[in-house]
Amino acid sequence: MNIAEQDVNPKSNQLTVIKDATCTFCGCVCDDMELTVENNRITKAKNACVLGKAWFFHHGIQDRPNATIEGKPVSYEEAFDAAVEILLNATYPITYGLSDSTSEAQRVAVAITDWIGGTIDTTTSVCHGPSGIAFQSVGEVTCSLGEIKNRADFIIFWGGNPAESHPRHFTKYSLMPKGEFIPNGRKDRTVVLIDVRKTKSVKAADIFLQIKPRSDFELAWALRGLAKGIDIDSSIEQKIGISLATLRDMMDRMKEAKFGVILFGMGLTMTRGKHLNSEAVLALARDMNQYTRWCAKPMRGHGNVTGADNVVSWTTGFPFGVNLNRGYPRFNPGEFTTSDVLARGEADAALIIASDPMSNFSQPAREHLKTIKSIVLDPKLTDTAKHATVAFTTSTYGINTGGTVYRMDDVPIPLRPAFESPYKGDYEILKAIENRIRGKQLASMMD
Amino acid sequence: MAEEFILIPGRTSRQGTSLNEGKDSDAYQEEINTLRMATTDMKRLAIDNGDNIRMWNDVGEVVIPCQAAKGDELPPGILFISYGDKSSYLMGGDTHGSGMPDSKCIDVFVEKFKTD
Amino acid sequence: MALFRISGGTVYDPRNNIDGEIRDLWMDNGRIVERPTDPNCRADKTLDATGTVVMPGGIDMHCHIAGPKVNAARKMMPDEKRTAQPITRTRLTRSGSGGSVPSTFATGYLYAGLGYTTAFDAAIPPLAARHVHEELEDTPIIDKGFYVLMGNNHYVMKQLQANQTEHLTTYVSWLLNATKGFAAKLVNPGGVEVWKSGGKNATGIDDSVDHFDVSPRQIIAGVAQAVMDLALPHPVHIHCNNLGLPGNWMTTLETMKALEGRSGHLTHIQFHSYGGDPDQQHTFCSKVPELVEYFNTHENLTVDVGQVMFDKTTSMTADGPLGYFLHKVTGRKWFSADTEMESGCGIVPITYKDSSMVHALQWAIGLEWYLLAKDPWRIAMSTDHPNGGSFLAYPEIIALLMDRTRRKEVLNRVPASVKQRCTLEQLDREYTLNEIAIITRAAPARILGLEHKGHLGIGADADVTIYNPHSDRQKMFELPRYVICRGEVIVDDGDIIKDVTGKLLHVAPAYDKTIVPDIQSWFEKYYTIQFRNYPVDLNPLHEYQEIPTK
Repeated sequence: MNIAEQDVNPKSNQLTVIKDATCTFCGCVCDDMELTVENNRITKAKNACVLGKAWFFHHGIQDRPNATIEGKPVSYEEAFDAAVEILLNATYPITYGLSDSTSEAQRVAVAITDWIGGTIDTTTSVCHGPSGIAFQSVGEVTCSLGEIKNRADFIIFWGGNPAESHPRHFTKYSLMPKGEFIPNGRKDRTVVLIDVRKTKSVKAADIFLQIKPRSDFELAWALRGLAKGIDIDSSIEQKIGISLATLRDMMDRMKEAKFGVILFGMGLTMTRGKHLNSEAVLALARDMNQYTRWCAKPMRGHGNVTGADNVVSWTTGFPFGVNLNRGYPRFNPGEFTTSDVLARGEADAALIIASDPMSNFSQPAREHLKTIKSIVLDPKLTDTAKHATVAFTTSTYGINTGGTVYRMDDVPIPLRPAFESPYKGDYEILKAIENRIRGKQLASMMD
Repeated sequence: MAEEFILIPGRTSRQGTSLNEGKDSDAYQEEINTLRMATTDMKRLAIDNGDNIRMWNDVGEVVIPCQAAKGDELPPGILFISYGDKSSYLMGGDTHGSGMPDSKCIDVFVEKFKTD
Repeated sequence: MALFRISGGTVYDPRNNIDGEIRDLWMDNGRIVERPTDPNCRADKTLDATGTVVMPGGIDMHCHIAGPKVNAARKMMPDEKRTAQPITRTRLTRSGSGGSVPSTFATGYLYAGLGYTTAFDAAIPPLAARHVHEELEDTPIIDKGFYVLMGNNHYVMKQLQANQTEHLTTYVSWLLNATKGFAAKLVNPGGVEVWKSGGKNATGIDDSVDHFDVSPRQIIAGVAQAVMDLALPHPVHIHCNNLGLPGNWMTTLETMKALEGRSGHLTHIQFHSYGGDPDQQHTFCSKVPELVEYFNTHENLTVDVGQVMFDKTTSMTADGPLGYFLHKVTGRKWFSADTEMESGCGIVPITYKDSSMVHALQWAIGLEWYLLAKDPWRIAMSTDHPNGGSFLAYPEIIALLMDRTRRKEVLNRVPASVKQRCTLEQLDREYTLNEIAIITRAAPARILGLEHKGHLGIGADADVTIYNPHSDRQKMFELPRYVICRGEVIVDDGDIIKDVTGKLLHVAPAYDKTIVPDIQSWFEKYYTIQFRNYPVDLNPLHEYQEIPTK
């Protein structure tokens, strides 16, 4: 199934170097990794940032069972059968996670959910789901990362801390690179950072706007108003903690830019306003195209969360929070998104792939997840895996298994795995589950 | 004396690297179990580096050590924590129809944790 | 495999000069075969097609069904899906959503249900080729392929500027090999680059694109020549500059002339046939007769129509500035995406109303093309799905072409001034079933250079659509009785009875490998992925068919 070649040398103890390998830790999806492999371990990761290095160095082969049921080691066959039992007997199963899995595996996860009439949601719903909702409302004016490299002379980072979340973004895409129309790299660019805290990213910026908490919405609308020449009441200064004079200056600079881009993060989607914040920023970037060229891009977090959005969209028509109970896709954030389905105690079974909601979800959601049957696929023994009814230890995508991932700007990139793993990958496990489900369904259905 | 703060759970570089080691690793556990506060706030609440504080809201409660934020990284009234198990205790289930719980800028009460 | 016989149907196979003859068809191993000479040889399976109309499977040679642009449109339109007919999961088939941008499984099922067995996505930026392959793998039943955007490609423009014909030809070939694409596509050549860099647009084919110093004319002629030199099965596929603007018919005529006798396919020609002044909407009128006059006498040209139908739909195009224009005109939500080095994209929902003079005239202009073009072999049916309307509107278009009273009814319903702005009222021509078979099957196959499609001669792919005749042609074509793909009955009275995966059709022209280092060094300077990660590998789990060069 692997579309990418496998440069794998599993039997030999010799040193192997894998070039053009892809790191999937964050949404940058850097594909210029040079991995040195010795004895089934990656010992060097040239070009990787600290996060990438940690990702590559700490995903070795652990000594754990292939699969467990209620914590007891079982064979793959027994685990597949138990998983299928749970899924076929559930009334309201939910499939969640998927942002650290290949698109090939994601497609099978959707297939399973379709056949059993469950709900499919991905980590998008607790990340840039609000930006997806905003996108459905106003659209989006965007570009691939190479357009930023080659054209952008004005960059705004809003509600994010790329220095710590996407370390190579500045050097590879947005600040440092020389581009076709940006011959002097950083010197040709003006960089603005908007945040509540003075993070490590401030050092990279020319202008830092320290905004008061929960006032991003007002800031975005004030800028929209200034762009259109509307007088903004001075009470805004107290609300957002930034003077009108600064805002006016900012808008003047934005209009003078040749090609501007707003790169926004969780600071917008996770606070008061959520999708209304994202919507305001998307609308601002859109409005600016009346004067010059502007784009806006959500900074996607995980390696293949963009793939999850794409896969769920093309197979169902909707990006996340999709219910298939009635035999066809229905979409409703808040109704079919995992945080809600768990917190309200609605799901009676969960299929969780490469994600750890037990560590990150709201307290009511975690409480309910503990009480229901779950099937978990993960390379690590996470809290979610510890609570699973059926747990699979999986190989790691991009390190042991190949496939396709989508960078934060929707560019699809192949994986070049470094060494083989004795564990099955997400795709193989999900396919085995799907085949068993289909076998049972086709045998039992009378025409 | 309890005071109201705004809690911001977020990513850090150290959280990102240590979670690859494993969420039960010392580095990761230390990272998500540390609350950062502005030095002016700490002074006023008589909290020293490493002191435990009690933090709660209508969803839940945690007891967690507190460290001063570097320099002026945090404005007064704002707390930062690497998101994870501890911050999840304070996150409510209501997503207001958006699918996204209130995950940043969470209203909390804070006081120094008294051990007696 | 099994010998399969379709007996007693009334066959329309224009390529083989069969115009409504009662004949048997024999199929084996996915192909049409000769009737067995041994009189004792019996078919393993026989389908009694007595009283039915039998045609080759339909071919949609220009639609938007897969890739980043289409997927963005899906994501952007949940509102439309709330009232659209959902596609419900069955024992054998996956669920999906409908509306103007159906999900992938739904797309395959809907096309098959309509009797279409082949479709080509018209506009893919090469950087997204991998994405298109994945979506097409999830688009069941139909055979498929896609066209690769090149008209605003930086390397293409650089070679044209430097007069490096060899490099240009090599790059076109290399790009088609890297993407596993089918044809070279130009969308608003040069104009999208003008938008990307400064928010404006090309206004004529002799404008110069800043920084690259080439004109749309050079791009058109240069790529058309490269395609001919590579002997690709399908000529350069052109979405002309100035789409949608009153007065653009002159740009279209200039584009036709710019080809200088080289083969060229001008797509969704309806949108490019407007007279009048952009600043004076009341002057908007049809220039189809003028364009058809040139078209009729220049056999190097082929077109597909891009018919507008009255309904709500979604406009989606690689023509970035066009997207912005539609957003400003309609005020509706707008998606735009610029792809580094390669292309742009614009998506805006749109509703065509029969109460609008402009929309009704667009509708009429499309029909004028069908009715005025003399040679049906050079004109293919399309709605530029979903830009002019959904592909599901094809049966209605067939009905309008075959029945002039039906056209008149609509003309009498729309704003009266439409009649003065075009010749439709005077056009009495009614298409025959044979001519419908040409413009929906035989002509697209020929224009695409697909020897095994669009006909029912020996060796053809056994893609067959069987209709129950009905005087209401729309009803007849909406619900085929049977649809057969590569010799297997897939659709029976509207039900999908077998789920199969079609083949991806692509070209693999030869090229001079010594030029690749030049491509690579340009690539590595400007792109943001590794050169080695750009080309797509064939997926061992999927079927492909390489279409040879001529």
